[in-house]
This record gives sequence, C-alpha cells and structure tokens, in this order.
Amino acid sequence: MDIVIIRYHAGNIQSVLFALERMGYQAVVTDDVGRIRSADRVIFPGVGEASSAMQYLQAKGLHTLIPSLSQPVLGICLGMQLMGSYSEENQTPCLHIFPEQVKRFPQESGLKVPQIGWNQIHELHSPLFEGVKEGAFVYFVHSYYMPLNEATIAKACYGIPYSAAVQQNNFYAVQFHPEKSAQVGEQILRNFIHLPV
Amino acid sequence: MLTRRIIPCLDIKEGRTVKGVYFENIRDAGDPVELGARYAAEGADELVFLDITATNEQRKTFAELVRRIAHHIAIPFTVGGGISSAADVHTLLHAGADKISVNTAAYRHPELIDELARLFGSQCVVVAIDTRYEEGEWWVYINGGRIRTFTRTVDWAREVVDRGAGEILLTSMSHDGAKQGFALDITRQLATTLPVPVIASGGAGTMQHFLDVFQQAHADAALAASIFHFGEISIPQLKAFLKQHQVPIRD
Repeated sequence: MDIVIIRYHAGNIQSVLFALERMGYQAVVTDDVGRIRSADRVIFPGVGEASSAMQYLQAKGLHTLIPSLSQPVLGICLGMQLMGSYSEENQTPCLHIFPEQVKRFPQESGLKVPQIGWNQIHELHSPLFEGVKEGAFVYFVHSYYMPLNEATIAKACYGIPYSAAVQQNNFYAVQFHPEKSAQVGEQILRNFIHLPV
Repeated sequence: MLTRRIIPCLDIKEGRTVKGVYFENIRDAGDPVELGARYAAEGADELVFLDITATNEQRKTFAELVRRIAHHIAIPFTVGGGISSAADVHTLLHAGADKISVNTAAYRHPELIDELARLFGSQCVVVAIDTRYEEGEWWVYINGGRIRTFTRTVDWAREVVDRGAGEILLTSMSHDGAKQGFALDITRQLATTLPVPVIASGGAGTMQHFLDVFQQAHADAALAASIFHFGEISIPQLKAFLKQHQVPIRD
C-alpha cells in the first residue's frame, strides 16, 4: 500500500505520519505531483491558515492536481476546509471539490473560538466509520467549519450543527484530527486505508 | 457535546518527569513517554510537558523527547518551558507537538504572541500565566514564579487574547502544591469573560476540587501533576466521578 501525505505549508504533518507508523503503515511526505498522482492513498492534512496554505498549493501546482485525483483522498482539518469552494478565513477561494463555503463559528452565544477539545460525531454513514460508535468522541481544534450539506457523512455540534466529515466520490474529509483521537481515530484512519477502490 | 478536559502535566528536567511542591522540592516521577502513554491509555484528554530547565543545549534534547512523545502517544499535547522565539516554536511543532505554551518571553515581548499566531495559528498558541493573590488583587508573575510584575492578571489575559492566544493556562501560585482546591474566583473571572478556553492549574487535591473548578468556575480544562503521578487520584476514577455529577466528559 503506497500512502502519500501531501507536504505543504501547514502543521501536524508529522503527527499524521507518526499515527500511521503506530498502526504499522509507512507513508511518504511529498509535494511532488507525479509521486502524489501515482499513490494508492493520499492524505491531505493541515493545521494553519487558509490563504497562505492556498498560496503554497498554487506555487507547487497542487491546486489543480488535488481535485483531479482519482484514488481515495482524505482531507484533515484545514485540508477539509481547503477542499470547499471558499473560506471566510481571509476570504480565500479554495479547491472547490465540495461546493460549500467554509464559515467562522459565530462569536455570540458565549461560544469559545477556536473550539478545542473532544466532541461527539453523530449520524455516521460511510465505510469511513465502520466499527465506530454513534456519539464517539474525537479531537477538534478549529475556528472555521463546513455547514451541513449533501456530502455530509458525520455531524458534530458546537452551538450549531455542522459537517464533521464529508464524502463525494473518492474524496473524503474530516474536520477533526483522527491522528490525535486515540483508538477511535486510528480506526478511522485504518478504514480509510482499507476502503474498497 | 464538547467535553471538559482532564490534563496531566509532566514537568521535565534532563529527560525525566519531576514535580515541585510550591515550585520547589523536586521529586522524580518517571519516564515522560511511559508516563504520558499511561495517562493517554487511562483516558487523559491531553498532556502538557513543561521543560523546566530549558537552556539552549537542553532544548535540543527536549525536541528529541517531543519527537518520541509524538511518535508514541495518540492524544494531543502541549509543550512549554523557555520558548522565546518563532524558531523555537517551529522546531517543537515540527517535532510533533500540537500546541506550544509561552510565558515569560511573551510577557517581556508581547508582540511574540502576534507573531506566533500569525505564523502558526492561534489554535497552537497557549499563553501560560502564573498568578498570585496579594493585597486584594491577582498579579502576574514571571520567570517560573520568581519575579512579580505590576500587571493585573485580568489585564494581561485580555491582552494576550487580543494578540492571538488561542488558550490560557492559568496557574495559581497561591494554590499550587497545597492540594486545597483550584483558584475558583480568578479562574471563573477569566473563563466566563474571555472568548478562548481557560485551563485551570494549581491546587488539585481531591476529585471534588475538579468538580468545583468545572461547575463553579466554568474552566474548560483542569490540569494537575503530582496527584496523578503519585496515584492519589486515578484518571478513570476522576472521570467517572465527574460524569456522575453531570460534567460533560469523554468516555
């Protein structure tokens, strides 16, 4: 199994690599277009800021590559947000894999932003969540979210309900951090690697 | 529902876990990676590793330790201690830390907070504030609690949030090590007025103290060290107790 983690200007790439290693998988971290295109699985992680991440992707030609991939792709956190059409974070046009606008959590109603911590995921319907219980806890760190939409495969609630995960064809994305979500997270990563192509 | 977090803190000196009582009398409580993994398996929601001897030479060793922690532990962790520049932060995040915590350097050069938030995002910038209650007011202390400033804790906390801190780690020196409970008043004051999470630290002695800091002071997370290291309270027992009292807690 050839697993590639897309290298770009964003944090937490190391954590994803380490999580895969704990599970017994080797992965390659690269921004090489050919290397990414030929992989069996592509993980698009990220912690950071949307506009500088998009700039980096554009400089490397990854902004046209990623939407054209045909193998299973998993976006994580900022990776998921960049797969939307647009992010309110510094008014950034994104990859438009999911035709959804990413919004900032409203500051009113006493919500603390960013949301930091363990929250539950509900209404799970995807092979990505095979063996994961309704209401399982996963780790979130984010200020922006993708609203519920047709591609939603898991919901979370933080003041408002929103997409904890989405899927469209071969593109999967999760707002939480499976690499930091203990056994539940490892199950989700394992499910992604074992997805039928 | 977003849960309240239980965070064991591991003070690190020369690669080993230590804990001071009233910041003194350091005792040895084991290997950081083993201890951290044990806490993660027991249900700790996050971990904090503080390098309490950070010199330049030792910081390299600490970065290697951070890498080993990230490799072995599948829950988020924050590292702190002597961090004074964006380059330090880059090294630690690259080694696999999820968040970094700054204290004295941020107080001396507040623009460091703006820079870190801009470069790495607010979500990974924790500002640690050591505070002591004197003459009817909570004051900020720096240099590991050795130097008193004339800044009120509420003012400094507001400023760090305005500059981009994503979380505040509030340690009451008036309570730390005494095991008589957390500083409920200042914790409540910050937790209910600031738009970012507040981690309460200092004073945990019983499970009731955790319940109080969540229910009465509305802390987002509670941090403790020695009571966990020496087995006085076990994490599963604590989480069951809190859950039984309707605190939202991760199973």
